[in-house]
Amino acid sequence: MIAASEHVRAQVGTDTELGFWLYLMSDAVLFGLIFATFAVMSTNFADGPSGADLFDMKNLAYQTALLLTSSLTIALAHRAAMDTHTVQAVLWLGITCLLGGGFLLLELHELSGFVERDAGPGRSGYLSAFFTLVGTHGLHVTAGLIWGVTLIVQLMIKGTEKRVLSRLNRLSLFWHFLDIVWICVFSLVYLPELM
Amino acid sequence: MTDDLSFLFGRLGLDALPFYSWVALSGALVTVAGGVGFLAIVTWLGKWRELWTGWLTTVDHKRLGIMYIVLALVMLVRGFVDAIMMRLQQAMALNSEGYLPPEHFEQIFSSHGTIMIFFMAMPFMTGLMNFVIPLQIGARDVAFPTLNAISFWLTAAGAGLMLISLVIGKFSTAGWTGYPPYSGVEFTPGVGVDYWIWSILISGVGTTMTGINFVVTILRKRAPGMLLMRMPLFTWTALCSSILIIFAFPALTVSCAMLALDRTLGMHFFTNDSGGNVMNYMNLFWIWGHPEVYILILPAFGIFSEVVATFSSKRLFGYPSLVYATAVISILSFTVWLHHFFTMGAGANVNAVFGIATMVIAVPTGVKVFDWLFTMFRGRIRFEPPMLFTIGFMCLFVIGGMTGVLLAIPPINYSTHNTTFLVAHFHNMIIPGVLFGYLAGYMYWFPKALGFRLNRTWGVRAFWLWLIGFLLAFMPLYFLGLMGMPRRMESYSNPEWQPLLLIAFAGAFLILLGIVSLAIQLAISIRDRQTLADATGDPWDGRTLEWSMPSPPPPWNFDEVPVVETRDAFHEAKLTGRPLSPADEDEAVMVPDNTIVGPCMGLAGFCVGFGAVWFMWWLALAGLALAIATLIARSFAENTEQEIDLGPKARAT
Repeated sequence: MIAASEHVRAQVGTDTELGFWLYLMSDAVLFGLIFATFAVMSTNFADGPSGADLFDMKNLAYQTALLLTSSLTIALAHRAAMDTHTVQAVLWLGITCLLGGGFLLLELHELSGFVERDAGPGRSGYLSAFFTLVGTHGLHVTAGLIWGVTLIVQLMIKGTEKRVLSRLNRLSLFWHFLDIVWICVFSLVYLPELM
Repeated sequence: MTDDLSFLFGRLGLDALPFYSWVALSGALVTVAGGVGFLAIVTWLGKWRELWTGWLTTVDHKRLGIMYIVLALVMLVRGFVDAIMMRLQQAMALNSEGYLPPEHFEQIFSSHGTIMIFFMAMPFMTGLMNFVIPLQIGARDVAFPTLNAISFWLTAAGAGLMLISLVIGKFSTAGWTGYPPYSGVEFTPGVGVDYWIWSILISGVGTTMTGINFVVTILRKRAPGMLLMRMPLFTWTALCSSILIIFAFPALTVSCAMLALDRTLGMHFFTNDSGGNVMNYMNLFWIWGHPEVYILILPAFGIFSEVVATFSSKRLFGYPSLVYATAVISILSFTVWLHHFFTMGAGANVNAVFGIATMVIAVPTGVKVFDWLFTMFRGRIRFEPPMLFTIGFMCLFVIGGMTGVLLAIPPINYSTHNTTFLVAHFHNMIIPGVLFGYLAGYMYWFPKALGFRLNRTWGVRAFWLWLIGFLLAFMPLYFLGLMGMPRRMESYSNPEWQPLLLIAFAGAFLILLGIVSLAIQLAISIRDRQTLADATGDPWDGRTLEWSMPSPPPPWNFDEVPVVETRDAFHEAKLTGRPLSPADEDEAVMVPDNTIVGPCMGLAGFCVGFGAVWFMWWLALAGLALAIATLIARSFAENTEQEIDLGPKARAT
């Protein structure tokens, strides 16, 4: 039995990480196509509001600050776990989840505000593409949060065991990836409207 | 009261049952009887425990492969019933209604295409890859066995949704491509298009994970010395096909998900009004759709390459050129999607670019055909059924390729677009190209999988029936297309068309006999399994590693992982009399335990799909929660593998 789990541990550093990179590439194509669709529909307002009428620079700044900071904290969590500082890793990962949760709350607040102002996803092609793009990113962040909380529990139960480390490594890749996607959302969706 | 029920059942009511037409009702009854009959037989034989532990919860790539192929064969029968019903309708429907009401005819051509592509061809391909690839590269398993089981069960969930649409509710009438705005909620408000969307989305997730799994398996799990340019051609084509899956399937997910958002949440991606852009759907769909053609056919090319070398008793001619041709096709497959809608009006220059790119693809494909021909040249050819299918493919595929180049010329395409000429062309590629390849692979590797060969006589009969049936069924459609007959016609008034449609029906009938022959072949081979037994593990004088082990292989595949020193290493070993030398392995031989993760994820996927189709949101959420809970629980599991003690013989070496 000991041999069994050691074997599993010997495997995780390599194959699973390659597999995860492949998944990220697939996901990047998915986001790329949604971005392309947004670009195609970026002026299809159908007499509805445009981004310039809706977006709020302050909210955007807070959201971006939270998410970018969380990329730093997850890197610190990963670093701490690599050095087998379990408590620190749990703390940094907890902060990451809080920051990610804060980002999601702000996003929900923003989107529900749009819906209240009769600018929901069914209003125009532009808003359908906007809600889908931002919503897909938000769903990914949600999945990352579920993953993060699970890992906090595993860190507390199992410590910085090799499989847990590998998962943390992949979560951190995922999180940085979502950060990059957000930077694209920020600069391709929000900024042109706010400039 | 109604509020309570609509919470529970969404828009599902008694009117969803198919009492509106006898054809639909009998289809539903056959489906239900098939399901109930299967359960009854398992119960009667007392095989539940064996079914559960041996198959349903397995993570063994070989057993998953066999289950994929069983699924594919069942869906082949279902898809073929649709096909012959369409042929019968068109043979009858001169100046009349035929026997099918229009809406029913539309459902049938939609489900025929959907089933054949997503639930026949894809599982058949994935099944062959699952069974063969680890054996060919000298691996004990795929990289991610549990993920592999999840992929299978998600595919099965999609197929389940597809089948249940025959019993509860109706299927899509929008064709297998589901073009908006017709497939939008304004023109097609029922559940049909939603069934189509969700069965594709759910199985598509499974397929994406299969792609990832096989890229990692092929890149990381090869035996020592199995360099990339020593890999068998089927492994090469499976690798390229898996890479295509990873990059192409997101486009299918995006197009179908956006259509679902339009239909369910009232968005405006593909609507005529409110800023929708219908043409964006065609682009997104075919950015997936054209690579998909190559996802399906590349592994078939790989099978033909294996079969033609084995049964010509010769080394494969031009191995490097076949590898490069495969890679070039993979890349070019992403550059031609617009040829599916030249008539959309993208402009002459855009059409010209895509037309030329399409013609360029014919070049590496032609290289392959010549390589296979030169492999046969001066070989000692054995006309076993897999080889017959391969030769039949080479003859017929060239015709399909030629008509493909014709269709690639935009001005010609304008006059043949959406005619039966197109239908004939893509069936010409998919039946001889894809299906003949998979059937050849099925007959080629069957003895390896189950330990006995398939009956030769019935295999030969099946081949001739398929070949002649195909020619009769589809050659007339080329002429009908040139005579101006549009595809998907439920009735027509041109008497010149009917004789050709009658010939096409006769062809479909011969294909029916071909399918019956396949069934008879399977049945009598099981009956005669003692005489057909494959004692050596190498019934065809094979060349690649999978033939070096007993049939069927043990769960850990290789007692000793071999060191590979050349291409066709097993054949080389037989030739020189020097057995393959075993690799030094410091790790214990591990076999993963059974797990219910796969069936749980399949159930979850089915609930999500069924709930979303019928607006039973509690069910969809429950499915989602089940999926998340399963994954979390699995991540806490310890010791999911068992060590295998291969005894002193293996240890001593």
